[in-house]
Formats: sequence, C-alpha cells, structure tokens
Amino acid sequence: MADVTAATDPGPKTGSTADAVRASLARRNRKQKILQVLGLGAISFAFLMLFILIASLVSSGYQAFTQTHITLEVFIDPEEVPLERLPRGGFDDVLEASLASVLKDVDPDDRATMRALGGLPSNGAQFRLRDRVVEDPDLIGQTITMTVPVSDPYDQLNKGLIDRRTPEENRRLKDFEIAWFDQLVAMEAISKPLNTGLISNPDSRFPELAGLKGALIGSFWALFVCFVISFPLGIGAAIYLEEFAPKNKFSDFVEVNINNLAAVPSVVFGLLALAVFIGWFGLPRSAPFVGGMTLALMTMPTIIIATRAALKAVPPSIREAALGVGASKHQVVFGHVLPLAMPGILTGTIIGLAQALGETAPLLLIGMNAFITSAPSGPFDSATALPTQIFIWADSPERGFVSRTSAAILVLLGFLITMNAVSIYLRNKFERNW
Amino acid sequence: MTTIVFVTLFCISVLGYVLNRQAATKLRADGTRLHSVPGYHGLYSLLSTLVPVAVLIVLWLIFQGPLIDRFTMSGLPAGSLGELDAGGRQLVLAEIKSISRGRIFGDPEAWKVDAADRYAWMHAISRWMLLGIVIVASLGIVGFARSRVAANFRARHGVEHITSGLMLFCSTIAIFTTLGIIAALLFESIRFFERVPITEFFFGLNWEPQIPLREDQIAAEGAFGWIPVFLGTLVITVVALFLAVPVGLLSAIYLNEFAPSRLRAVAKPVLEILAGVPTVVYGFFAILVVAPAIRSFGASLGIPVSPNTALAAGSVMGIMLIPFISSFTDDALSAVPKSLRDGALALGATRAETVLNVLFPAAIPGIVGGILLAISRAIGETMIVVMAAGLIASLTINPLDSVTTVTVQIVTLLIGDTSFDNPKTLAAFALGMMLFIVTLIINVFALRIVRKYREAYD
Amino acid sequence: MMNDMRKIERDTAVSDIKIHARDVQVFYGDTHAIKDVSVDILDKTVTAFIGPSGCGKSTFLRCLNRMNDTIDIARVKGDIQIDGNDIYHPSIDPVQLRAKVGMVFQKPNPFPKSIYDNIAYGPRIHGLAKTKAELDEIVERSLRRGAIWDEVKDRLHEPGTGLSGGQQQRLCIARAVATEPEVLLMDEPCSALDPIATAQVEDLIDELRRNYSVVIVTHSMQQAARVSQNTAFFHLGNLVEYRETGQIFTNPEDPRTESYITGRIG
Repeated sequence: MADVTAATDPGPKTGSTADAVRASLARRNRKQKILQVLGLGAISFAFLMLFILIASLVSSGYQAFTQTHITLEVFIDPEEVPLERLPRGGFDDVLEASLASVLKDVDPDDRATMRALGGLPSNGAQFRLRDRVVEDPDLIGQTITMTVPVSDPYDQLNKGLIDRRTPEENRRLKDFEIAWFDQLVAMEAISKPLNTGLISNPDSRFPELAGLKGALIGSFWALFVCFVISFPLGIGAAIYLEEFAPKNKFSDFVEVNINNLAAVPSVVFGLLALAVFIGWFGLPRSAPFVGGMTLALMTMPTIIIATRAALKAVPPSIREAALGVGASKHQVVFGHVLPLAMPGILTGTIIGLAQALGETAPLLLIGMNAFITSAPSGPFDSATALPTQIFIWADSPERGFVSRTSAAILVLLGFLITMNAVSIYLRNKFERNW
Repeated sequence: MTTIVFVTLFCISVLGYVLNRQAATKLRADGTRLHSVPGYHGLYSLLSTLVPVAVLIVLWLIFQGPLIDRFTMSGLPAGSLGELDAGGRQLVLAEIKSISRGRIFGDPEAWKVDAADRYAWMHAISRWMLLGIVIVASLGIVGFARSRVAANFRARHGVEHITSGLMLFCSTIAIFTTLGIIAALLFESIRFFERVPITEFFFGLNWEPQIPLREDQIAAEGAFGWIPVFLGTLVITVVALFLAVPVGLLSAIYLNEFAPSRLRAVAKPVLEILAGVPTVVYGFFAILVVAPAIRSFGASLGIPVSPNTALAAGSVMGIMLIPFISSFTDDALSAVPKSLRDGALALGATRAETVLNVLFPAAIPGIVGGILLAISRAIGETMIVVMAAGLIASLTINPLDSVTTVTVQIVTLLIGDTSFDNPKTLAAFALGMMLFIVTLIINVFALRIVRKYREAYD
Repeated sequence: MMNDMRKIERDTAVSDIKIHARDVQVFYGDTHAIKDVSVDILDKTVTAFIGPSGCGKSTFLRCLNRMNDTIDIARVKGDIQIDGNDIYHPSIDPVQLRAKVGMVFQKPNPFPKSIYDNIAYGPRIHGLAKTKAELDEIVERSLRRGAIWDEVKDRLHEPGTGLSGGQQQRLCIARAVATEPEVLLMDEPCSALDPIATAQVEDLIDELRRNYSVVIVTHSMQQAARVSQNTAFFHLGNLVEYRETGQIFTNPEDPRTESYITGRIG
C-alpha cells in the first residue's frame, strides 16, 4: 500500500505553503485582533455595568446615612396640653408655637402660616414630644430642649437636593419656607448627625422616620428558620444520596428532582407557599416563619449539591482506614467523613443563605410586603424582610425614599458581601489538598 | 404552649438517654460483654422517643387549626349563616377568631360570642391534650427502650436504622416539594378553569383581569387570554438574550483564551459579584438609571419612549444574565480536551481560529445548554420585571412599548389581600402553572444536553 | 525486505542539516527541564528521541514548533534554527512556523468534524487552495500520503471521531501533511495504538521520509531501531548521546545509554 502511494506522490511543493501563509498572515492576525478587542469590550462592558450599578447606588444612597435634625426649645403650654387629657393634647400646636417664637415675621394667628410651619419638623416629632410628656407629666408648664428630625422636603433642602434656583411654583418648598430654614441654620438650630434611625426605626410612611429595624429582624427570623430547616435536611439528604443510596431508579428520580428544583423560578415557590402553607395549613400571612420555610425549600438544593461535592472531596483512603479498624459505615460517615467535609458544607450553606437573603418574589406572594410600623417580636409576627422593604420603598412616591432605597440596598449588599467573605475565608482556611 | 410541649419532649428524651446509658454502663461494669457501647443504648432511647413524638406534634399542629375551624362552624346555631357563600363564611370565622382573641369591634351577635368562647375552649383543650399525649407517649417509649437494654441487644443497629430512615426522609423532601408545587398549581388552576373556559385562557388575545366589584356590574367582566402576557415575556426575554449572549460568549472566550492571568484573577470575582446581586437590586437599578437613560436617549432622537419599556427591563435582565452565560461558556470551553487545542495550534491555526473553528464548535452543546437555562431564568425572573416592566398587557413586539410578563401578572394579582375564590387570584395560579411547565421543559432539556456533553469528554 | 531497503537508503541519505539547535534550555516555572541541548537534525531523515519518561524528549520536541508557547510558565532559551532562520526571533510568527513544522500527537486528536473537514482545515486557514477542486485534490493527496485513502474514500463526510484508533492517528498524520510542512514532529504517535495499527503507522513514517525531515519521540527502543536513521538519547534533561541508530544500539559510548538500552534504567 505504501508503495502505491509513494509512486503517485509528487512530494511537497516546497515554498508554496510558506508563501501562502505569509500572504494571509496579516489578515488572519487582524481577525484575531478584532476578536480580542470584542472580547475585551465585552468584559469591560460587564465591569462598567457593575461600576455604574454601585456608583449610582452610592451616589443616591449616601445622603440617607445622615438626617437633618432641628433642635427646639419647647414650652409645654398647660393650656394646649392639659394634664387630665393625656395622652391626648395639642402637641403639634406646642411645636408650632415654639417655632413661631424663634422665627421672625411669623404671625401666630395666621392659620395658613402656622400650618406651613407645622410641616417643618417631622410628623413624628409631636409623638416623640407626647411620649416624653406621658412618661413624665411634670414637664407640663416647663420648657424643654428637644432634637427631632425635620420633614423630608427640608431634609432634601439641607442636603442640596432641592435647587433654590428653580421657579417657586415648581419647588416643593416656597420662598418663605426656605427663608425660615435659613434663619434656623443661622441660629445653629439645624444639625445633620448620622442617621441611626435608618437601622433603629421601623418602617414609616414618612421617609425621615422610616428605618430598617422591622426588615432586619424579619430577615433575621426568616433566615434563621430557613437555616434550621434546610441545613439538617440538606445534609441528611446529601449524605444519603452520596454515601448510602443504592444506584436505582428511586435515587435517580430524587437527583433529577433536586436538579430541577434548583432551576424552578422563585415565584413558583411563592405560589407553593401561598397555596400550601397559608391556604391549606392555615399558617399566618406575612410571617417570617412561612418566609423561612419557603426559602428553606429553595436553599435545600444548593446545600445538597455543596454537601455532596464536599463529601466527594474526602479521599477514599480515609474511609478505608476507618472501615479497616472495624467501624460501621455509619460510624465512618458521621465520625470521619462528615467532620472533614464540614468546611465545604458550611461554605455552601453560607452561599445558599446569602442567596436566600436576597430573594424577594416568594416573600411578596406570602405577604411580607405589608406596611408594618413595629418590629416583629417573633417568627410568627407580621414582618417585612430586607429585600421586600427595598421593594416597598422603591415603590413609594416620596422623594426621600429614593435615597433610603439605595441606602437599604447598600445595607443588603453589605450583608451579602460579609457572608460571602466569611465563606471565602472558611474555604481558604480549611481547604486542604489531599 | 408549643414551646412547652417541645421542651417537655426534649427533656423526656434526654432522660431516656441517661437512663439507658446508665443501665448499659452498669451491665458492663458487672462484667457482661455488650454488643453495643453504652452511648448507643442511650442514643437508641433518645432517637426512638424524639423522632416519632416530634412527628406526632407537627401533625397535630398542622391539623388542629383546620379541624377546630370546622367544628366551630358546624357548631353554629342552625340558620345563623343563612345564605352566605364561602367568602361570607370565612368572614364570619375571622370575626369569631378575633373575638376569641379579645379584639371586639362594635357589638357582635350573641351566637358569635358563644362560638368564640367555644373556639377558645377547643384550642385550650387541644393544647392540653397534646401535652398529655406527648408526656404519656414519650414516657412509654422511654420505658420500652429501657426494658430492651441487654447484653445482646443491638442498639447500634437500631440507631443506624433510625438515622438511615431519617436521611431517606430528608432526600424525599425534594420529591415532596415538587409534588407540592404540582398539586398547588394544578388544584388552583382547575378551580380557575371551572370559572374561565380553558380555550379563552389559551387563545384569548385580551388580558384584563378585573373582577366585578358589585354583582350587577357589567363592564368589568374581565378577560383572561394569556397570549399577550406570554408575548410580553418573550419580548423581554429576547431583549435580554440579545444583550447577554454576545457579551457573555465574548467575555468567556476572551477570559479563556486571551486574557492575561492577572485580568482573569480580577474578572472572575467581578462576574461572581454581578451574579450575586439580588434581583430586587437590579430592578431598582432599572428604574433609577436604565429606564431614565433610555427615555432621555429616545427623547434626544425624537422618539417617544414609555417609562417602563420592555427595552429597559430586558436589558437589565441581560446584564443579570451575562455572568450566567459567561460561566457556562467558560466551563464548556475548558472542558474541551487540550489535545484538540494543541492539534489546531500545531497546524498553524491562530489562537482566534483555534477558538472559533475548533473549540467553540466542540463546546456548542454545553453552551447551548447554558443559554437554554438562561432563557428559563429570564422567563421566570420576577423582580426586575415587576419593578421595571408594565402592568397592562398589550399585543406588541416593539421593545420600546410597555409590555407585561407572566411573573408580573402573578405578583400583581396576588399582592395584597388574597382570597382563593375569585378568578383574579386563581388566574395567577394558572399562569404559574404555565410558567412551571415551560421552564421545566426547558430545564430538563438543557440539563440533559449539558450532562450528555460532560459525559462525552469525561 | 523492508530492512534491506532501509539499509540502502541509509547509505544514500541526503545529509543537509534541517534543524540546528544550540544550548537550548527550557524552564517550567522553577524546574530546569532541558539543559544545554545541542543537536543537528538532518533533512529527509527520521530522527528518534528516546529516553526514560520525564527525560525531556517531548519537551524538546515541542520547542521545535514553539508549542511550548501555549504553556504560560514555560520559558525557552538558546538558539534553534530551521533552514538557517532563528525560529524564536521576535519577527517569526508561531503560526508561520507551525505551518512549516507539522506535528502529530501521542493520542489521536481528530477534530469533531468530518474526515474531509479535518484534512481541509489546515489548507483552508492558510489559503492553500483557491478552488473547491484544488481543495479536493489536496484532501485526496494527503489521505493517500497518510495511507488511509482507501479506507475512508467512501465516507469523507462522516465524522473523523468515528474511526478506529489507528485510522484516527493516520488521519491526524494526513491532516499534518495537508499543509505541506517541511518538518514533521511526532510525539509518541503509536503509544495509544495496537500492534497492527502501529505497524501501519511505522510503514507510513518510513514512507514520509522521502519528502520530510521526521522527528519522532518514542518510548520504544525497538520502534526507534525500526524507523529511524539517527537516534538521540535524553536523560534527566540532558542530551546524552546522538548518533546513527545502528551504532547507538549496538555500540553505545556513554554508560548511561548503555544501561538504558540494556534495561538497567528507565
């Protein structure tokens, strides 16, 4: 055969290849350059989008980390706040009067002016005053100093978000209101401290009072329930499938189910929770407990997959060594393999919980987007969660909620980054190469 | 009360552990050779008490609520419910419950107060019964377990059987979840199709899920044709893929073949961050940045753009999918054997030619699987579209129009107070079922392709 | 008969120097993989590289068409010239070099394309054929030269991955010769093949010597003896001995070569 081919073989035409390659090389390298530029462009686009995302959140959110406050000398007029009518009383009038007394050109008898003046401190100020007086009724008739948040438009003005040059009719604050504020600034009655209320207040209709306390506690309970359910169940399922399950139809079916569940849209889990947990079992709506159960079902596939990978990574020599000294299969798995796999399992669990923390849609369906002005005291109380709170605020028309939404997102991202950092730390600290 | 029940159970189980352990230790001290070490005798008692009784408590808690509700309603004096429909009955029950909790509005009828008393009484009885049963049952099991402590009793085998059973149960949760999803969707969808003809749902061109506020209202009958909703979902998905597929593919190719290792070390975590951002954040990004940008860009060209275009929602969804597609492509390209790359390079192919002509075609199945999974994600993605897409279903494929999607409709139909007996709520479940079926088909198909492909090169 | 023929040809071999390598060093990260290797490889000759595994013979082979460039941590020092041109000169594009220096790998690696497209790939990217007819001709010629034409001529459009191992390897050889290289590097081309396929490939190598300078890395001394005219023995990154094949096997000069050939190391 070789002889036949040899006879007909004219041999290589030396030089022709080299010439052809040389001729086309520039064109081919240019093509490669184009592909490289496109690829670099694509990756830069992804970078740029992440940068814009973070930059826009920071630039609109950092303002919400401070809050404009006003410090007032308040005379608690016994005529407005009679002792016997507590807790009712004209606390708003007391505040207005105190403001009118320090500001120039305010006619205390002009109803319209006084109403406008009443809009300067936050709507919550009168309740704070009330709470103080109720607690200590001796204050009636005295003059006290109190520092309260100003209402949203003045907060915006102080942060430079209201442009004084816009025509008056298009502005949320009229010229005379701005003049009041400037007087107060000149009197050094205005301060802008760190906005601790963002963390320590529950939700409110008024942006200057709204905080994340309820959402943080709600998210905590939901994640806690999610962890308590999904962690043991996930590990149990993973150990069974990886170490004990016979290779049969049933095991295959379970595996297919787990893989598919990991890809089912989250809103479908919300429908499941709504119909089964709330509709059929009669569990309460808006409760972090139900939210946590729903999130647990979604987190379980992640934990199972991570646990199985971690179990697989434990070398067979460990198992053989333990079996060799007469340990039972259970003793090998629970005494030797599982402890060695624990760092990997924890890493996967934290990542799964981080995903659960950001999950929104299922929580909306079970009603964790309710407007609730007190923090939940347990997992069965109505509550919101961080992501649903973000959704509620993003939907609110008040200007002040834009920056609060961004700030809430920054808080959420802070938690996510912390959780991921912990999991990376765990992975690096305990990772070993067998 | 529930806490007390669980604490009681736990204490009795621990008691069983201690008793059995002591008994076994004593046996061994007497010189008997035990099959299992004392710890296993203890664990045997602990587990065989804890597991069945805990299951009993959970079942009790699940069923007591509905049962007591039913007893309360059936115990009402005859005729007091009159002609009330299901919704009316629910209202009465809710009122009775709130009276029993001491929240009384106005002056309720006497029979309601009676019923409320009975309701509270039944709850109290149920709780005490549960506590009694738990104490009796767990003590009984502890006693039984104690009686089995003997030299040749295989406590370790018992413990291992129980743990095996528990683990088997854990792994069936996935099946139960799937069954639960199917049951919930199917059950509510059937109730929907009892009210709305199935043909209208599948072929109707109008989606206006209003419900009549009063019985005699004619205008607001509502229309439930899912085609415009489905079309809107498709438009947004297509927009998302138009952005995500080229960017994802090119960045994966670049990272895999051309990027210096330092850039690769930075780019991977950046893409992971992009993948880890919750979708509610992307939704806010869409309304805060992208939609206004598209709108002002359209205005500068003189094109009127609606505030919640498919383009805005779709492109933000595309950004969300970039890391998804790029990581699938990266995996698929890396899975192509090195020998093929060497073969092409040795023939004098440039690196670009190697990637495009040899590696890429070889990796196509893996990449296609990834893109399919991305499509299923885009269809099922909720928060971005809820925040950035429209609410009104319109029959259009223009990405500059406002469209709505399946997930948007599910959420808007179910947000707020839900009762399970009007077509508006049930329509959400019908949509949910379609969503589940479509994504399931795509997922199964995609996972199969990806798995086949992995096997081909393993 | 084969042996007689080779004997005649060995005497009349054209002895132009094709590859000229001086003081070649290769580092993989901190590992010094090749130390001061200098060798002259002749045109129209089969040169075999032998030695125990890990001795650097494959590494050195991969220097000759700069395949080591694809490994990030590999660095090559020294001077390698083909036809008097420094192949590591910055002006040389590895693409150009590899079109001239073909390579066949240890494991057959046909692309997941049709047999035809496998062969046509090189000519296509290098623009060697202007028309479809020319390309068809190149494919046929290459398959004939790869001694596999008769077996595949009726199924040119079936996938190359469907062939048997020996056929796949001959397909890869045909693919390598389709770009009309001047040097053909073979990295243990028979290690994944059964004895019958090995014999076919060895016949083919002997045949290819008419037109190419063939360099073959092999772990089998018998194979080196059967197909090569010159043999280089590598040990621990050093080129220990490089002589005519007949002499190195019958009368090795270096004690290390002798212990390898007699089976004491390796």
